[in-house]
Amino acid sequence: MPSPAIEIENLTKDYPYGFLHLKKKRSLEGLTMQVEDGEVFGFLGPNGAGKSTTIKLLVGLIFPDAGTASILGKPITDIEMHRDIGYLPEQPYFYDYLTAAEVLDYFARFHDLTAADRNERVARMLKKVGLETARKIQLRKYSKGMLQRVGLAQAILHDPKVVILDEPMSGLDPIGRREVRDIILELKREGRTVLFSTHILSDAEMLCDRVGVIVGGKLRGVGAPGEIVGMKTEGMEILFELPANAATATNAAAILAKATKTGERYRMHVAEEELYAALEQLRGAGAKILSVAQVKASLEEYFMHLIEADRAQAAAIEVTGK
Amino acid sequence: MKRAGAVALNTFREAVRDRVLYNLVFFALVMMAAAIFVGQISIGIEELVIKSLGLSAISVIGLLIAVFIGVGLVYKEMDKRTLYALLAKPVRRWEFLLGKFGGLVLTLAVNTVAMAAGLFAALLYVKPHLERMDAVLLIAIYFILLKLMLVVALALLFSCFSTPLLAILYTSTFYVAGLFVEEMRTFQFAAANPAATWLMRGLSYLLPNFENFNVMAAAVHGREIPSALILQNTAYAALYCVIVLLIAAAVFSRRNLK
Repeated sequence: MPSPAIEIENLTKDYPYGFLHLKKKRSLEGLTMQVEDGEVFGFLGPNGAGKSTTIKLLVGLIFPDAGTASILGKPITDIEMHRDIGYLPEQPYFYDYLTAAEVLDYFARFHDLTAADRNERVARMLKKVGLETARKIQLRKYSKGMLQRVGLAQAILHDPKVVILDEPMSGLDPIGRREVRDIILELKREGRTVLFSTHILSDAEMLCDRVGVIVGGKLRGVGAPGEIVGMKTEGMEILFELPANAATATNAAAILAKATKTGERYRMHVAEEELYAALEQLRGAGAKILSVAQVKASLEEYFMHLIEADRAQAAAIEVTGK
Repeated sequence: MKRAGAVALNTFREAVRDRVLYNLVFFALVMMAAAIFVGQISIGIEELVIKSLGLSAISVIGLLIAVFIGVGLVYKEMDKRTLYALLAKPVRRWEFLLGKFGGLVLTLAVNTVAMAAGLFAALLYVKPHLERMDAVLLIAIYFILLKLMLVVALALLFSCFSTPLLAILYTSTFYVAGLFVEEMRTFQFAAANPAATWLMRGLSYLLPNFENFNVMAAAVHGREIPSALILQNTAYAALYCVIVLLIAAAVFSRRNLK
């Protein structure tokens, strides 16, 4: 069985605060998880959950208070580990006096590449992230989305085996998000391992083989996206139109009382077991059914559910004194 | 070392693109004004005035660059988070620090050489040709550069753990205190307080001795500077820089980049 690409064991991080930094706030508590070789792993959680802390620990920007981690079998304290990883920081910012080509060339110099190899890779990466025409413009003139692309380019410039992306879709327009998704899928096709953090469920569902959900510094579950955050169906949503002549039908008033009007269309939420009866009723009133879809809890609701559970547990501990 | 070199070249490029070398225009204006006007008001001592003014300007401008850019060398990279992507590459933190130090020293060296050329050009304006004793100026300029290296090392150290404002304060305090090292060694407190005398003496050995690098009077009057002093100052500056950079590396290597 191949060894995992990323192995994290009981990783814990406290941040000191207050006068003389005497108090400590736990940002990550005993994180243990693995990312398999060649998989796309999504790290899900609300802001402040510990996603970026975990990623910064992995790339060596901060140091753990307890626990260990390794990437491709090398401990994260080993400088050689950095040859095999690519990292995109959250909301990346680069030297604004450099052009995109210069900044990529600068980063390439740390990977012992020849000048010819550097030039070839820089040109290839700029093309890949769609910055070919802006290559000679200083980064101070770049938009947030363009900086994100430069960040992605520098992360994959040296063909790393493991790519770690902190909120890669952040600040991108729909086209930019799609391009990033395509790049992640391409990295997967090339057999690379990708770990990325996000709080956008659709990104995770679309891209990830597995996701890990972290809330309040604790890992709350790991598994396929559907298993973890799909949760149970909370009912069905029917989208329909009601022609003007149908609105006078005897049961139309009852239907409209349950529906919400958006433009010319109506939405109606019904329990799963009441779906067919509702559809019959709509058909009887002459409504045109446009779609029927399952309603699932949103990721926000899922996170809120976990946070509420945490609070309830903390309150229970306080009451019992245990 | 290749990686430290890459950081150094980038630091130099940043200084150039941030128009740090524009100070040379100011220096050129000062030297031209001195060369043209000093001769009219100071008969017979134009050369001395130009040498003093030139060396002072090289030292002051260099110090301003060393302190004000030095204190931001690390802090700015942390504050703007440009360091994040870099430290995820196979580069050690001490290599980054060494590169930042080397980059600013390179900037100062280029700047100092250009200003030195300006000083000699101004001298040529007030006298027909350069003399052998004018070469002493080169040693004085070399000492200024050594002094600036020390200041950069101190500023870099403070930049690793404090804000630019505090780092300016710390670096300036060290610089000013370093100008009075000899006095601290010889100063005798009241006999009732020998501990204070020992404390002062101890401090005087810890602080960088900037007074050692001041040979302006000798250079202006064309007096010989002993080669032993050149060797001693070179070794002293190199050793002090190494120690300060080692402390900076120790501090920075455990720093969490939040």
